Amino acid sequence: MTAGAAPVSIEVQRIRRRSPLVAFSLAQPLGAVSGIAIVVMGIGALFAEYAAPYDPVAIDFAGILSPPNWSHWFGTDAFGRDILSRVIYGARTALAIGFLSAFLGCSVGAIIGVASAYFGGRTDILVQRVMDVLLSFPIIVLALVVVAMLGRFLVLGVDVNLILAIAVPMLPRVARVVRSSALTIRELPYIDAVRVQGFGHARIIFRHMVPNVVAPYLIMLTASIAQAILLEASLSFLGLGVAEPTPSWGLMLSGNASDFYREAPWMILFPGLAISVAVFAFNLFGDSLRDWLDPKFKV
Amino acid sequence: MLAYLVNRLLLIVPTLLGVAVLIFFMLRVVPGDIVEVKLRGDGGNPTQETVELERKRLGLDRPLHVQFKDWMVGLVTLDLGISMWTERPVTEEIALRLELSLQVAFMATIVAILIALPLGTLSALLRDTWVDYVIRVITIAGLAVPSFWLGMLTIVSLLFFFNWLPPLTYTPIYVDPWNNIAQLIWPAVAVGYRYAAVTARMMRSSIIEVMNEDYIRTARAKGVYERFVVVRHAMRNAMLPALTVIGLEFAFLIGGLVVTEQVFNLNGIGRLFVQAVSRSDFTLIQAMVMLTAVIFVLSNLVVDLLYAVFDPRIRYK
Repeated sequence: MTAGAAPVSIEVQRIRRRSPLVAFSLAQPLGAVSGIAIVVMGIGALFAEYAAPYDPVAIDFAGILSPPNWSHWFGTDAFGRDILSRVIYGARTALAIGFLSAFLGCSVGAIIGVASAYFGGRTDILVQRVMDVLLSFPIIVLALVVVAMLGRFLVLGVDVNLILAIAVPMLPRVARVVRSSALTIRELPYIDAVRVQGFGHARIIFRHMVPNVVAPYLIMLTASIAQAILLEASLSFLGLGVAEPTPSWGLMLSGNASDFYREAPWMILFPGLAISVAVFAFNLFGDSLRDWLDPKFKV
Repeated sequence: MLAYLVNRLLLIVPTLLGVAVLIFFMLRVVPGDIVEVKLRGDGGNPTQETVELERKRLGLDRPLHVQFKDWMVGLVTLDLGISMWTERPVTEEIALRLELSLQVAFMATIVAILIALPLGTLSALLRDTWVDYVIRVITIAGLAVPSFWLGMLTIVSLLFFFNWLPPLTYTPIYVDPWNNIAQLIWPAVAVGYRYAAVTARMMRSSIIEVMNEDYIRTARAKGVYERFVVVRHAMRNAMLPALTVIGLEFAFLIGGLVVTEQVFNLNGIGRLFVQAVSRSDFTLIQAMVMLTAVIFVLSNLVVDLLYAVFDPRIRYK
């Protein structure tokens, strides 16, 4: 044995699986940033009571229309209500309605899409024609028609029909995208296998096909939340959505804001910014999610 | 060509028929109609008798199939009935406002094309440089910024920087073109931003695809100036997908007008639609939906015909 022989060192390469969260953030930094923005908004909305410095509906006639200052960062409106607090509470309205209606619209749309692909033939053609008709209208026009059809219906202070009105325009878009994914799944051998076993249509659709269209579903869901937030703001702005005194971003841009915003631009600056940032974040997150989950996927 | 056109126009009929049937029954599935809104609106408490009388006057007491037959006959003869609120013919109400809205729509289209084509092309040619990033941020923002807010910001900025506000009363372009454009250009820009954003994104991806084509390499190889390669060879070919988006978004402009006309105090069809919905004016809502559908099918037709102009290989038989 000669001295000085270098000790053999074996480098053990550890195989570590990155958590999907880290992998996503590394691959899609913009997606991660928008994801953080969404989480921050969500927390603010959830804990609005603690996050907001003032009561969003407290009227203070001594301090009406005061520009942004240290005690009211975003200024106050024509009733002296604190705009920052109203924006924070508005996030609650926007996210709750946005998420609920997008979830409803996308889920029903996905089921229609999968069922349409599964049954094929005449059913498929008929369903697709109806979807085509719905797709030929701008989403706000469809939503307005649903509003005209249903009117208001309040349950626990939430207008259920508003959620429906926002969900309906999401339907055909999701149905079409999900259908095209489901069409390829329908041809796979395991679907034949479960058919041969004599499973019912509902079981095949829900247990065997729906779980395989989760990727397009999630992508469409994030994009739809963005659309839904914008739609809620537009409808509230037109006076056909959320009603006063519930703080809503769209509502903050209408009513007496439209009389005073020329003199008090902060009244419209911050709610509008909030809408834009929220929609931007969900759009960007949806885009990154698409690139990450399914690079070939096109909406 | 003529045969193709006739064929396409005939195909429009079942589509519009489908829309007509759908909207008619959708509005009537759920109980409650304009009579309630009209008579109870101001806190009034009408007797059952008054309600029935008013319903009878507006023809809402007749069986559904009779109302439907009237609606169908009316559609064919272009008589869309009488507004249940203002009691004036619906066609008259729409005609009064269509000119203004169409002008804003066309101006928005021009604004969008003027912004989108150069920006989209530039973004594609300078892919992954800071210019591309800036343009992409601008276009993604275009999908997020609500047009009514953009309109308000425009008004505030005009007031702040120029101490000037657009004229408030509408003058037709043939009476006073300057006043007309000074009023309508702002809503056109507010609506056109989103339009431009969507088109620019399509133009970008389309140019990127075209630049890899053989004919671009051929054009460069024979020594064509890069500027001509881009303008004559690339942009012209990349126009087709962009054209589809332009047509589709034109048909959807009414969606933007619905909110923007409110901001700029314009008495156009978007505003008429919102009024119709808030008053449950069924005849007017039906007519507006039909109008939207007609604009959609017509702009699709125009796009298909324009394909032949931009791509000589396309011939319609």
